[in-house]
Amino acid sequence: MARSGAVPSPAKARGSGSRTSDLSREQQLELYYYMRLTRSLEERLVNLYRQTKVVGGLFRSLGQEADAVGSAYALDRSKGDILSPLIRNLGSMLVQGARPDEIIRQYMAKGDSPTRGRELNIHYGDLVRGFIGQISHLGDMVPVMAGVTLSFKMRKQDRVGLVYVGDGATSTGAFHEGINFAAVQRCPLVVVVENNGYAYSTPLSKQTAAKQLVDKAIGYGIAGEQADGNDVIASYEVTKRAVDRARAGGGVTLVELMTYRRKGHAEHDNQSYVPAGEIDKWASENDPIDRYVIRLRGDGFEESEITSVDQRVADEIDRATDAAEASPMPEPTDALVGIYADPPEESPLWFRQGIKSAVEVHERPSSWGTHDV
Amino acid sequence: MSEITYLEAIREALFEEMARDENVFCLGEDIGAYGGAFKVTDGLMAKYGEQRVIDTPISETAIIGAAAGAAHMGMRPVCEMQFIDFLSSGYSILTNYVATARYRAMLPCPMVVRGPSGGYVRGGPFHSQNPEAAFLHTPGLKIVYPATAVDAKGLMKSAIRDEDCVLYFEHKYLYRRIKEVMPEGDQVVPIGKARVAREGKDISIITYAATVWKSLEAAEQVQKEDGLSVEVIDLRTLLPMDDEAIVATVKKTNRVLIVHEDTRTGGVAGEITARINETAFEWLDAPVLRVTAVDVPLPYSPPLEDYVLPQTSDIVLALRKLAAY
Repeated sequence: MARSGAVPSPAKARGSGSRTSDLSREQQLELYYYMRLTRSLEERLVNLYRQTKVVGGLFRSLGQEADAVGSAYALDRSKGDILSPLIRNLGSMLVQGARPDEIIRQYMAKGDSPTRGRELNIHYGDLVRGFIGQISHLGDMVPVMAGVTLSFKMRKQDRVGLVYVGDGATSTGAFHEGINFAAVQRCPLVVVVENNGYAYSTPLSKQTAAKQLVDKAIGYGIAGEQADGNDVIASYEVTKRAVDRARAGGGVTLVELMTYRRKGHAEHDNQSYVPAGEIDKWASENDPIDRYVIRLRGDGFEESEITSVDQRVADEIDRATDAAEASPMPEPTDALVGIYADPPEESPLWFRQGIKSAVEVHERPSSWGTHDV
Repeated sequence: MSEITYLEAIREALFEEMARDENVFCLGEDIGAYGGAFKVTDGLMAKYGEQRVIDTPISETAIIGAAAGAAHMGMRPVCEMQFIDFLSSGYSILTNYVATARYRAMLPCPMVVRGPSGGYVRGGPFHSQNPEAAFLHTPGLKIVYPATAVDAKGLMKSAIRDEDCVLYFEHKYLYRRIKEVMPEGDQVVPIGKARVAREGKDISIITYAATVWKSLEAAEQVQKEDGLSVEVIDLRTLLPMDDEAIVATVKKTNRVLIVHEDTRTGGVAGEITARINETAFEWLDAPVLRVTAVDVPLPYSPPLEDYVLPQTSDIVLALRKLAAY
């Protein structure tokens, strides 16, 4: 392999989660459902993107579905645990209850999307279901989740928080400040570092001189564990140990999940910087869904059980797409609402008084190279 | 009732708000056992314990980010920046995360970021700053900057009770120089409302924080020496700005001087001037003038600092120029 650094080769990453997992049959099938839903939903989004129905960029988590789903599955939704995802954590959000129609509405910039057209892609949250939307400034969610879990501690609540960062975000000041603060305060927080080998085009070897990212835990005086992120059961189990530790008052754990980003940073990225053969090797030898299906079959699941999940996922995505496509775009003047609780909305500027839509009166010259959606 | 200082007024507000609402807590560097670099939080930890008065690592990003996370969950954090100069170390998370949270994610962020600000104290480039203009440009934040002890207390109460993030600048030159008797009971000062610090009819000074006092001195001087009647408007809140009060004083005196301690270019005075120009141009009998610091980092040595910062004599000069226009 041309790359150096801590990302394992597919062969090395083949370790599996234990065969004695505490998960019921239904739960094991549910893990498959969330991984399949993640992948199929993203495939549907690719179709919509190619039809120019996705207004902004499209971010895939192809090959990372197991780490996202397995880790989030370790949280206890009945206790009010909260996670904050990153851009490759569609699967984690689905586990917490995010719905496919919401995701499609977000991508299509619809007026009834969770952020009413203000934010892109999977940048949204819901405190009731237990996920807080990320922002684009990597690392910033670590201090925020330190504060969320600080509130759990202050109120003596039996709740845990989980925050995702990538290999790239471990280089930020916010990551350091947030994890250090949470460690000192012994906040009930799990920090999952998804090491997928690349931050945009930058390989791990140019991101850090550390041999492995889990080593950073030592410097913060917290527990650290590493696991195969392409094994959904291993991802679940390692995160579950961290969640249990946090809930028992044991403070912060850094969990490094080893995985691989098979698509570019976003759909436009041609991955010219990736060594030849690397992506194919991971696709053919270490696809997390393929691996899990083999495991399910080995554990006695019927083929019909698996295909019925596939059918359920396909139906849900069709219904979600129809609903999202039928959704309206936002009213332009909704842009003025809700920057503060008080005042509840801004006044229109003098040149927009009485005008409902900017583009009715301001045609953009075609020479700008832009077009209205 | 005896007088208390501007600093003690802030402290009183913190004590009273923590007693009123158990969700209020303080976090910052050296604020607990030590009581803060200026002793604003002195005694808070002894009364409320280290769970609610948190000594943090030197981590402005973590302090502000953690406050935001706790605020989402219904807490009411009050962050101390040891000096407001260090607010810039938390600039990204404050402007990108906190200020946008309600709008982009419908996440409430009721929190206060407070800290000692301003010069005239020989603090040098990193212990004298007035960074309010940087945040005036950030939708989603509110900014208050009191000049009196009564306002210091009342605005702190309002800031803590506000549903959004309030930057609370406290002027360290005023900490122990300004003393007042506090009003009885639970007095709040509304955010977004300016105060007429001195009534007048010939010229208006629009200002805030320490230069309110320099403006009052200058007004007194030109009253005696020139017979000029100068009105002084203390903005108290910079964001949202009290446009009504600004336009009212323009219409009353038709001559306006804006005074602030911060540097000139891109400063608050430029914004106020633009607003007057757009909404009350025909009421002006003279161009709007500014007295501000010159555009340099604030130097340490007394002759240098005195030269850079606005002084009462500068304000007197500007008032005479406006009167003669």
